[in-house]
Amino acid sequence: MSHAIEIRDLARTYRSKRPPRSGGPATVVALDGVSLDVRPGELFGLLGPNGAGKTTLIKVLVTLLLPSSGSARVAGLDVVADARRVRELITMVSGGETSGYGLLTVREQLWMFAQFYGIPGRRARARIDELLEVVGLGEEGDRRVSALSSGMRQKMNLVRGLVPDPEILFLDEPTVGLDVGAAREIRAYIKRWIGEKPNRTILLTTHYMAEADDLCDRVAIIYKGRIIACDTPAALRRRSARGSRFVLTTDPLDPGARLGDLPGVVGTEMRTADGRSELELQLADDGAISGVVRALSEGDRKIYSLQKLEPSLEDVFVEIVGRRMEEADEPPSG
Amino acid sequence: MSAGPARAEPVAPRAGDPQAARGFRRALRATLGRSYPRIIGSNRDKSWLFYDTVLPLLGTVSFVYVYKTFGAPERFLAYVIMGGATTAFWMNVMWSMAAQFYWDKQAGNLELYMVAPCGLLPILLGMSLGGLVATTLRAVVIVAAGSLLFGVSYAGGQIPALLLVFAVAMVALYGLGITFASVFLMWGREAWHMANTFMEPVFLLSGFYFPVRALGFWVGLGASLIPLTLALDAMRRLLFPGAHPALLPLAAEVGILAALAVGFAIAAWVSLRKMEMLARREARLSLRF
Ligand SMILES: Nc1ncnc2c1ncn2[C@@H]1O[C@H](COP(=O)(O)OP(=O)(O)O)[C@@H](O)[C@H]1O
Ligand SMILES: [Mg+2]
Repeated sequence: MSHAIEIRDLARTYRSKRPPRSGGPATVVALDGVSLDVRPGELFGLLGPNGAGKTTLIKVLVTLLLPSSGSARVAGLDVVADARRVRELITMVSGGETSGYGLLTVREQLWMFAQFYGIPGRRARARIDELLEVVGLGEEGDRRVSALSSGMRQKMNLVRGLVPDPEILFLDEPTVGLDVGAAREIRAYIKRWIGEKPNRTILLTTHYMAEADDLCDRVAIIYKGRIIACDTPAALRRRSARGSRFVLTTDPLDPGARLGDLPGVVGTEMRTADGRSELELQLADDGAISGVVRALSEGDRKIYSLQKLEPSLEDVFVEIVGRRMEEADEPPSG
Repeated sequence: MSAGPARAEPVAPRAGDPQAARGFRRALRATLGRSYPRIIGSNRDKSWLFYDTVLPLLGTVSFVYVYKTFGAPERFLAYVIMGGATTAFWMNVMWSMAAQFYWDKQAGNLELYMVAPCGLLPILLGMSLGGLVATTLRAVVIVAAGSLLFGVSYAGGQIPALLLVFAVAMVALYGLGITFASVFLMWGREAWHMANTFMEPVFLLSGFYFPVRALGFWVGLGASLIPLTLALDAMRRLLFPGAHPALLPLAAEVGILAALAVGFAIAAWVSLRKMEMLARREARLSLRF
């Protein structure tokens, strides 16, 4: 098995739920020719605004939806022909899930789901206890599911996905709607889990840039059903044409200072306040900063701070799509 | 429940095949797992004692007094009490199963069930088992309370035959329940409401409160499509030997019940597969749309 997940020219359309008045199309293209490979051991992120097709892609991979065309293999197995065997090797956890039965206790609910994977009772209970401890729910095991906060609930859902010890874990926006603290904890458990064994693989979707950046080995940016970029977060950021930007504070410069003429300096912006000048520099490449520093020190200007501005995945998205990601959300249907 | 191996293997599983054995054990675990919330639920929330036993009892009481007024023989009181108990099963299958399954879909459970390797059939069997256990508890309470209240006594002695009739009828009934639950999930709530209004008179006609023979032979036979009709008829004749005007000979009634059990089991399996196909192809069961 060379790839954990292998997607070729995958397309999926839905019949439109909006009334066909207004002459709108009768079908919605949710995935439009997606090809991707995820390596074993990878924590792979699918980043995109609402309506981009993230959930649809996950549903095809976990055998909940058939592809309209194209193919996908999970753990080397075809998601259409070998759906049963695929299901033995995967689990799925989605953000904002309200799954299960409120009248059960956390332990009972997790035990029930473990039974669907055929895990013998004692082994299931031991694993559940161990994992509840890991996610900090050791004390909540006997509480009713209906009494959990949304953060606790999502941790329980994550445990549900981990109990069968899947080869490939699918996480659909696992931190959506959680407060900052709970989201950070969930991310830490995800990292910990995948780090424990070399061949565990995760496909995670998110519309949070920082989450993709922080968690993922590689990120594919998806927009309107197409993959528009795919690389490591660092490489994606480097790819940004805004490339190299620095902020520097120094002694006041006269407005006439011709820093813009230095080799490799593409643009400058200067603000002077409180007896200091703050310079924002756009450079052709990182190396050009040495010329700026030299020019300042030759002019007898002290340098108080120098900081490289890292481009964000947001910058990458804006450059390719021409809009910020929040602005690219699909309006809610209905 | 006398359910066969619940895995739909592309090749028929051979005896001794470890893969098939594992699948079978998993299906069994899944069935018990899914029955758990229902059985536990009955114990955690005691309000069922009132809603599920006192209310059906009140319903039957009115029939009891009607029969008493007309001076019907004592066994008619037993008919009514048994009919009340049977109503609980009918309600469970026609109403609770479909409602629960719909609720499972809305809560997002159905998708998790479909992603699980055990498949949908054991899940539905578990739901049935849970409903059967919980409802049997109610039925026993109704029969015991009703019989004590009105001083009805039954002939013993035929318990094994009685249990056999009951078991076969339950397989048929819950097969029908699974079929309805998946059909209603596919075709929506409207179909469900329609079937319920349609079923109400049918179930009153099917002899819950009087011998089905009273409807005439052909109507009685038609009503026998509902597994409870013949089950009630057979059980009544076993409890009141010689006195009960049965529709058909006992062997024929059990035979038809067994055929219904097989037929509805197949229908359940087919409709679940069909439902899963539609869900995957047409995204029928998708949640957020
Ligand atoms: N069951 C469905 N029926 C019709 N359209 C759907 C359905 N599910 C999703 N869509 C549409 O498909 C597109 C992709 O949706 P989705 O995969 O849920 O995106 P994401 O998870 O990235 O927010 C959207 O335009 C959405 O409106
Ligand atoms: Mg989504």
